[in-house]
Amino acid sequence: MVLVVVVVLLIIGTVLFHFLSPWYLTPLASNWDTIDLTIDVTFWVTGLVFIVVNSFMAWAIYKYRYDKNRRAEYEPENKKLEWILTGFTAVGVAAMLAPGLFVWAEFVTVPEDAHEVEVVGQQWHWSFRYPGKDGKFGAVESRYVSEDNPFGMEKDDPNGQDDVLIFSPTLHVPINKPLKMNLRSKDVLHNVAVAQFRVKMDMVPGLVSYLWFEPIKLGEYEILCEELCGIGHHTMRGMVVVDEQEDFDAWLDSQPTYAEILGTPKGDPQIGQAQYAACAACHGFQGEGNPLMNAPKIAGQEGWYIRRQIEYFKTGVRGAHPSDEFGAQMAPMAMTLIDDAAVNNVIAYIDTLPQVDSPQTVEGDVERGKDIYTTCGHCHGYEGEGVFAVNAPHLAMDDWYLVRQLKNFRDGVRGAHRDDKYGMQMAMMAAILQDDQRINDVVAYINTLPGPQGDMGAASVASRE
Amino acid sequence: MSDVTHDALDYVPPLEVEEEELYHAKTWLGKYVFCQDAKVIAIQYSLTAIGIGVVALVLSLLMRLQLGFPHEFSIIDPSNYLQFVTMHGMIMVIYLLTALFLGGFGNYLIPLMVGARDMVFPYVNMISYWVYLVAVLVLVASFFVPGGATGAGWTLYPPQAISPGTPGIDGGIILMLVSLALFIIGFTMGGLNYVVTVLQARTRGMSLMRMPLTIWGIFMATVLALLAFPALFVSAIMMLLDKLIGTSFFMPAMISLGEQTSFDGGSPILFQHLFWFFGHPEVYIVALPAFGIVSDVLSVHARKAIFGYRMMVWAIVAIGALSFIVWAHHMYVSGMNPYFGFFFATTTLIIAVPTAIKVYNWVLTLWRGNIKLTVPMIFAIGFIFTFINGGITGLFLGNVTIDLPLSDTYFVIAHFHMVMAVSPVLVVFAAIYHWYPKITGKFMDDTLGQWHFWLTFLGSYAIYLPMHYLGFEGIPRRYFAYGETDFMSASAADLNAAITIAAFVVAFGQLFFFWNLFISYFRGKEAGGNPWEATTLEWQTPHTPPRHGNFDDLPLVYRWAYDYSVPGVEQDYVPQNVSPAEAENLGKGGGEQPT
Amino acid sequence: MSYVLIFLALLMAGLVWWLIKQTINLQPWTASANTEAVRSDGIRSVTRNVPLPRTKVALGVFLAVVTSLFALFVSAYAIRMEYGDWRPMPEPTLLWVNTGILILSSVFLQMAWNAAKAGNLKTVRFGIAGGGALAVGFIIGQVLAWFQLTATGYSISANPANAFFYMITAVHALHMAGGLIALGRTVKRVYGAEEAIPKIQLGVELCAVYWHYLLAIWVILFGFMLNT
Repeated sequence: MVLVVVVVLLIIGTVLFHFLSPWYLTPLASNWDTIDLTIDVTFWVTGLVFIVVNSFMAWAIYKYRYDKNRRAEYEPENKKLEWILTGFTAVGVAAMLAPGLFVWAEFVTVPEDAHEVEVVGQQWHWSFRYPGKDGKFGAVESRYVSEDNPFGMEKDDPNGQDDVLIFSPTLHVPINKPLKMNLRSKDVLHNVAVAQFRVKMDMVPGLVSYLWFEPIKLGEYEILCEELCGIGHHTMRGMVVVDEQEDFDAWLDSQPTYAEILGTPKGDPQIGQAQYAACAACHGFQGEGNPLMNAPKIAGQEGWYIRRQIEYFKTGVRGAHPSDEFGAQMAPMAMTLIDDAAVNNVIAYIDTLPQVDSPQTVEGDVERGKDIYTTCGHCHGYEGEGVFAVNAPHLAMDDWYLVRQLKNFRDGVRGAHRDDKYGMQMAMMAAILQDDQRINDVVAYINTLPGPQGDMGAASVASRE
Repeated sequence: MSDVTHDALDYVPPLEVEEEELYHAKTWLGKYVFCQDAKVIAIQYSLTAIGIGVVALVLSLLMRLQLGFPHEFSIIDPSNYLQFVTMHGMIMVIYLLTALFLGGFGNYLIPLMVGARDMVFPYVNMISYWVYLVAVLVLVASFFVPGGATGAGWTLYPPQAISPGTPGIDGGIILMLVSLALFIIGFTMGGLNYVVTVLQARTRGMSLMRMPLTIWGIFMATVLALLAFPALFVSAIMMLLDKLIGTSFFMPAMISLGEQTSFDGGSPILFQHLFWFFGHPEVYIVALPAFGIVSDVLSVHARKAIFGYRMMVWAIVAIGALSFIVWAHHMYVSGMNPYFGFFFATTTLIIAVPTAIKVYNWVLTLWRGNIKLTVPMIFAIGFIFTFINGGITGLFLGNVTIDLPLSDTYFVIAHFHMVMAVSPVLVVFAAIYHWYPKITGKFMDDTLGQWHFWLTFLGSYAIYLPMHYLGFEGIPRRYFAYGETDFMSASAADLNAAITIAAFVVAFGQLFFFWNLFISYFRGKEAGGNPWEATTLEWQTPHTPPRHGNFDDLPLVYRWAYDYSVPGVEQDYVPQNVSPAEAENLGKGGGEQPT
Repeated sequence: MSYVLIFLALLMAGLVWWLIKQTINLQPWTASANTEAVRSDGIRSVTRNVPLPRTKVALGVFLAVVTSLFALFVSAYAIRMEYGDWRPMPEPTLLWVNTGILILSSVFLQMAWNAAKAGNLKTVRFGIAGGGALAVGFIIGQVLAWFQLTATGYSISANPANAFFYMITAVHALHMAGGLIALGRTVKRVYGAEEAIPKIQLGVELCAVYWHYLLAIWVILFGFMLNT
């Protein structure tokens, strides 16, 4: 009779678990309370069935337990009973289906007054595009996508000139206005999902899918990718910030349009050279780095990477963690570059410095490191050459610096800041380097890689083992 | 066997079964390795399937370690995680469950239960197994090629299945697709046998409606598999061409890690349609044999006719037919035309009705029965419980609206493991404990069986019940690690750790099973020919284990498979091959069964 | 997916109809159904004619599987066709010739089948060997058509229309080749057996049915590709 007791306990336990579980739908932040309602209806109907059928079963097992002096009843079927049960089931199913279809009809029809934003997925990164003042999106084409044109904008399309392009994975939306998201993928399948909004939809390369919702609560909500998109799937995160209308408008106005981005002047290395003097004190006149000053080599580093790090140091995204003492030294120095133009100029100058090989100071098991590097190579390239498309810099950095940063990433010293979206990705990946020896091994292997001077891009991807 | 003769009957018998020359092994190799006897092939299928299933189980444990304790272990990295996700799923669904239910139980039970000497095409049947074995070996080989096994998820969605950024996009995915194609070819050979044997080789008197539900389940599942596997075959060929020759069936114009590709205009959604056109019937390919088997186990051990036999048969057929028009409920949020949602939500919820009827009838079989709680019986009852739970959560996901928040979360994982993993596996165990005495002549040990049941049943419930609630919270599947998220409660990580521990408990429980399987063969209690006092033909064989050819004289069937506790007959069961005249004397001392 | 659904709907309807015929009003536990003859000693059984040969049923089931396969190819073709990059490809005249050869091959096998029923071994031999040779000719013709197309720039990876053409014709030709293996065995038996016409009758019949089936599939596929 243990079985009967256990079945009864499981019924009770399941029901209790349902009501007491701290894990349930996150507090709703959109108009889709009807989805929650449909879930409730389904819970009531199915919960009843669960309790009744299982209880009946437990009772039957108890009541009709084996007794060698008794015989089972001979009743091959009972048409009436079967039809009644079928009828009840059909009614229950209809009760669940009806609200479901009703709400779905609402979901597929976007309200007329919805404003639009385009969400662009790519391997392990989100970016966004607003249609701008004209309310129309400019044409895009997959074949136009390049490092300079990550959205694949068609240059001459007049509709596209005022489009606002947001490359960083943070989206702002106004509260209490229906929002239609046009979903597009540059490479593989992705899925845009915000738990608090309830809705989600796949992004499929080659077509534009959509979803809509109306945010009803101010706040920041995480966007997760929920369709497997490769090795960095779990690090593909973004943020939706729900603002008051005026805050949203102000924010949107501060963002550059496509035309403005096209018109931004390039950095001037001549001017940059003067500004570099402050950097040279630590990083060396040739940008060769100085281990004694804990300043890494910067010569040869990609411009976009340096720009992002300077931005981070300036805004306290990096170098603000109490355990990041060397980052803390860099932070005030970064402030000397007062505006974007200054940053661009310095980067233009650094770009002219000769790339030199750093001395090797880290020892480790290269073979073991190679195994570990399988994971790294997906983003940083199998030659360590860096891949702009996944925001992964090349790894021809000082090896002592790599070791320190890997530890920082792993230990939450770097990449833990809320706004460090790319550092967060690296931090999640660095979790596989739980012991320090693994870090040394992988860095020792990185030391053997040709880096950006090696065979670039697709060739290296193909050559991987 | 040429001396076998039938009674001289003066009527045209149903499905006159001609005696055919049986295959006779001449060498040791022919008897135990390249054997054409369905029973040996069944054992070969089962052992291979269980062997590869154990590999998949170990993979799942490694994944659970990572998910439960992301900072304590660095055994696997994200590539391994995705590879294990993929291989675990594919192995469990196809190479374990499909092969075990159809290749294993199908081969063993169909000829015995319909009263045939063997499958109708024994040679093709043997080839079927060897092709399956090659498919398994090719699959295993994919772990060892450069780049490793594919990590595209068991659904193998393009473009990522063959695009950089996913593990195993070279050798891994190619071997996976080749292995699937081989499996399908092998299965088709076996499947033809199962269908034709059921249709044409039933013994005299075994009309369709006298067949045990096990046969109905396996038969319908085979029909589904024969018609649905071509969809997987087609998608495998097309993806291979995309990968190897550079066609654009599924591959759209796209960028890959910043590089332009040469693909143009293909449709990833087309693949999903093809895949799920196979993938959804596949669910029932696994479930229908389980439905059938559990019906028989319940009936035997409750000493009562299965309740509503005709309804059960029709439910199997209805579920099978409907299973072809629900596939896109896997694709509500795939970006396909959202208006399809209305149709597929409706068909999906309609299929719940025949399924619910089956559940009622199982429970009603217990009602007014005389229930012996043997080990197979408690597994069968455990199945009813987990299946109700898993079926109910299917009503959530099938209802298109509720799928919006829940798809691609842990809720999905919990749902399909409850309904497609735990439930059928409980039936597999019920079936093994039930038929082991026929296969070996020995009982399996009762105490070990009880331990096995409780650890498996309670352990898996502890894994999957809470997992649904992680899904409600919005925790996505196929994540190597969760990192920091605002909406995820801190306690979710603790729950994940607890789930991992439960998973290890379940895995530990399986040791009891394997030990039992092994030791009972040598030390098990002698079972005799019909230890459960069952009516179906496999228990009426003159020898246990049945010899080559199964029966001396082919049995004559006089009744359906569920004559338990028939009024007017003293013995509480009447085997199918007992004539009405003989039945009256059953249990009255002299009325021993005719075998 | 509509093509494959139509096929499956027909198949399932057939299955259900057949089942209804088997089960209607039958109470299996009482076994007193209308189709059953009850004998004095209580043996009850469904009376029916001599059952179909197993190989014949097996061929039927197999053809259902193959139909499912081709229906899926056609469904995929129809879906993929809707996308913008689809550029129809020309059908070389050679395909018409091949179609003619295949029809002729089918005619030969029908001839063999008729002769087998009539007991005319000589015609059986002629028909079956001729049909086989023509089928080989058909496959060679198909391969030549591929070469022609590739030579004129319609390579497999150039366009999905081409890719489907190569793939579907290849799968069809493979089925033809598989049929030739079975045919080869029948030919061997036909030439080996001097007297036993009834024994080879079934084999010849199955080959002929399979040939007609592949012809029908080819005509449908070819017609489909011509119209798109």
